[in-house]
Amino acid sequence: MTTTETPDILHQILDYSARADPYPLYAELRKTPVARQEDGSYVISTYRELTGLLHNPHLSSDVRNLSRPMPATEADTTPSFINLDPPDHDRLRRLAMRHFGPPHTPGLVDGMRPDLTAIVNGLIDDFAGKERIDIVDDFAYPFPVTVICHLLGVPREDEPRFHVWVNAIVDSLDYDPKKDPKEKLDNGVQAKEDLRQYLGGLLEQRHGRPGDDLLTRMANDDGPEGRMTDDEIVSTANLLLIAGHETTVNLITNGMLTLLRHPQVLQRLCDEPDLIVRLVEELLRYEPPVHIIPWRAAYSDITVADTTIPKGSQIMLMLASGSRDPDRFDDPDRFDPDRQDNQHLGFGSGIHLCFGGPMARLETQIALNALVRRLDRPRLVADPPPYRPSPVLRGPIHLHIEQS
Amino acid sequence: MSSADTLQAFKRDGRIAIVGASLAGLRAAEALRAEGFTGSLTMIGDEVGEPYDRPPLSKQVLTGWVPAGGTTLPRRRDIDAEWLLGVPADGLDLATNHVHLADGREVPFDRVLISTGVRARPWFVESEADLDGVFVVRTREHADGLQRALAAGPSRVLVIGAGFTGSEIASICRERDIPVTVAELAPAPLVGALGAMIGEVASDMQRAHGVDLRCGVKVTHLEGDAQGHFRRAHFSDGSTIDADVAVVALGGIRNTDWLRDSGLAAGVWGIACDTGCRALTLDGLITDDIFVAGDVARCPNPIYEYRLISLEHWANAVEQAEVAAHNMVSAQADRWPHLTIPTFWSIQFGVNIKSVGVPTFADEVVVTQGSVPDHRFVAAYGYQGRVTAAVSFNNAKWLDHYRQLIETAAPFPPPCPTPDGPADAKPVPVDFPSPQLLAQGATVVVTGHDPSERRVTAAWQHR
Repeated sequence: MTTTETPDILHQILDYSARADPYPLYAELRKTPVARQEDGSYVISTYRELTGLLHNPHLSSDVRNLSRPMPATEADTTPSFINLDPPDHDRLRRLAMRHFGPPHTPGLVDGMRPDLTAIVNGLIDDFAGKERIDIVDDFAYPFPVTVICHLLGVPREDEPRFHVWVNAIVDSLDYDPKKDPKEKLDNGVQAKEDLRQYLGGLLEQRHGRPGDDLLTRMANDDGPEGRMTDDEIVSTANLLLIAGHETTVNLITNGMLTLLRHPQVLQRLCDEPDLIVRLVEELLRYEPPVHIIPWRAAYSDITVADTTIPKGSQIMLMLASGSRDPDRFDDPDRFDPDRQDNQHLGFGSGIHLCFGGPMARLETQIALNALVRRLDRPRLVADPPPYRPSPVLRGPIHLHIEQS
Repeated sequence: MSSADTLQAFKRDGRIAIVGASLAGLRAAEALRAEGFTGSLTMIGDEVGEPYDRPPLSKQVLTGWVPAGGTTLPRRRDIDAEWLLGVPADGLDLATNHVHLADGREVPFDRVLISTGVRARPWFVESEADLDGVFVVRTREHADGLQRALAAGPSRVLVIGAGFTGSEIASICRERDIPVTVAELAPAPLVGALGAMIGEVASDMQRAHGVDLRCGVKVTHLEGDAQGHFRRAHFSDGSTIDADVAVVALGGIRNTDWLRDSGLAAGVWGIACDTGCRALTLDGLITDDIFVAGDVARCPNPIYEYRLISLEHWANAVEQAEVAAHNMVSAQADRWPHLTIPTFWSIQFGVNIKSVGVPTFADEVVVTQGSVPDHRFVAAYGYQGRVTAAVSFNNAKWLDHYRQLIETAAPFPPPCPTPDGPADAKPVPVDFPSPQLLAQGATVVVTGHDPSERRVTAAWQHR
């Protein structure tokens, strides 16, 4: 039941034509929970196997443990903690978390509630007089970008500059040497370098200066474990900027799309704003912003569902498929904001559980509640909407709606 | 009437009594209603007031952060029960299906759940236990009293017993900058639960935080002043220490005394039951209508050679309560076995300690991930070459993996390296001070000759 060669389904999923609805293909993929690919990599698609691997200490996040090197490995730069294993991962994540969450900074996310509400309301105020609104460009993109800039201490007006780099980096995430022009990869590598230069420049100005933003606080931290090196701070800021930028936009947009497709739920949310907490969890299961962890490495031989994955193999984790696994969730293709026992994989699991998850939750809760309250009988212009290219960070590139 | 009809009638109109209205009792009551039981439900508890959560009593309540009254357990659903609180049960009549209460009342039932839990083991000299400033910590009144005593700024606190509760209380004292002495008969803190290697780490943690830790000694005498206030403790090595608060943290006593004449297999180790939480009689026969859950249940675990194990763990109480409740209203074929691998957590000296499995069921232990000197690591426990438990210090996110190793009887020591594995890790003997799963002394005697008349009698009735 486990190992067979099923390259076709994966390639169909990665193909742009599947972007609007990859879920039937995930169901096909789940028939082989651990699927060895022609190139020797393994694709994991079922909930139990995914959670088992995400908690397995033999699964490495460090590309240097792959027996065949990744095409886009950056030489000589410090990886950010998302691409590291313990103990380095743990140390860097702890040093970053000191300024973002409990136990050292417990109130930060909740304390941003008024600011988030004000940003959201400002953006919706600007809808006035518009016949047609693009939920992505007019709302779901500018909102988290404003928030992450504020939080990190990156000037909001620089957004046009770093947006180009971030796009190129995200674009190169799913680089396939067999299909894609080498240019796609080179652009990504160059963009990473440009973004590092830019963040390094910002960091230089922060040493010895007071300030509440993360860059300044990381630059001047004197905690018991010492300070991150400048290289480490740049890598961390790089990660937080990209992740804070490119994921929440999909979650909010997927949320609005899902609500427009489920008008009874939309109406219920108008009447019961508290429903939003469970609704966002269900959204993280049903239409998550991150569909795939494109690679992990087997640090040792790993046995999953009776298949032994040899040391050094590349492993692809299909998180969005796991969250729709009927062996774990009743009626998984139904969007049910009342769902109990909803331990989705929307933020991953284990030590790499999404660092910014608490912020993304709150942003999405505030955003969707404000949208349903303030839009007047919104309608989708096109269903499905056009999608971004990436199968990894999946979401609409535009979501046009009209209101009365 | 078919048995299905009988079950339906019981679910509709039956009478269930739950003796013990704490975590396990409340969760069982909620689960019974969730399972569709609409009959009468009686909750019997010796404490006055609503069920509350105990883990915070040795942690957040003692720091003063959460008031003792602020730990009431959240209600997951309305249970529509009759509450008989403030009076303990003092007997169970299996012939007539009645619970006797200490005030003479009788509660009839069709099925009963016993979840009477554990009480704190008091100081062995009653007059010394009664001194002002001598505490145990089990109820919220205890925790409230100790919190006030700590807030008054004692010159020194003596903690007697360095198990989890004692160590947590010592940690709180240091957090509040109160001088504290910890006295432990074993060679190190936590050693009875986690073995010598972890005990050494726990010793280092306590000493690094300024605890005056004295191991291998016994407190022999608590001395009071003329006003009846605790002032000084005497140790078995002849030394003394002046302190004005003493916390007796010597573990618990299972509340089974009230079942002494019930004919159930109840004793100091708990009440024996099957994995479906049905109680056993003293003869070892299974009962149909008597169920057990929580700290007081002594349940066989197939993973651990079907040994009867009782656990004083929060998660165990919750899971067992749900299984017991389900089985109370289900036909034989639909019953669930309680097979969860135990988990446990503690917070002390800034370290999150978490375990999975039964660490006392082991002969060797090995550090598999992280660094012991940094107090960030995972240690796996093995018995006869298979993984039986794991303990993490500030590394809890990995334990799910070790749970799977335990469930699949994976080889010990785990053969494959991890990115964070110590290079020189070798299994060492686990070294517990006493055999944890073996009773000392006889608990029963068997009488009779003919198979129809062979019977078991509890040994306590012969003493």
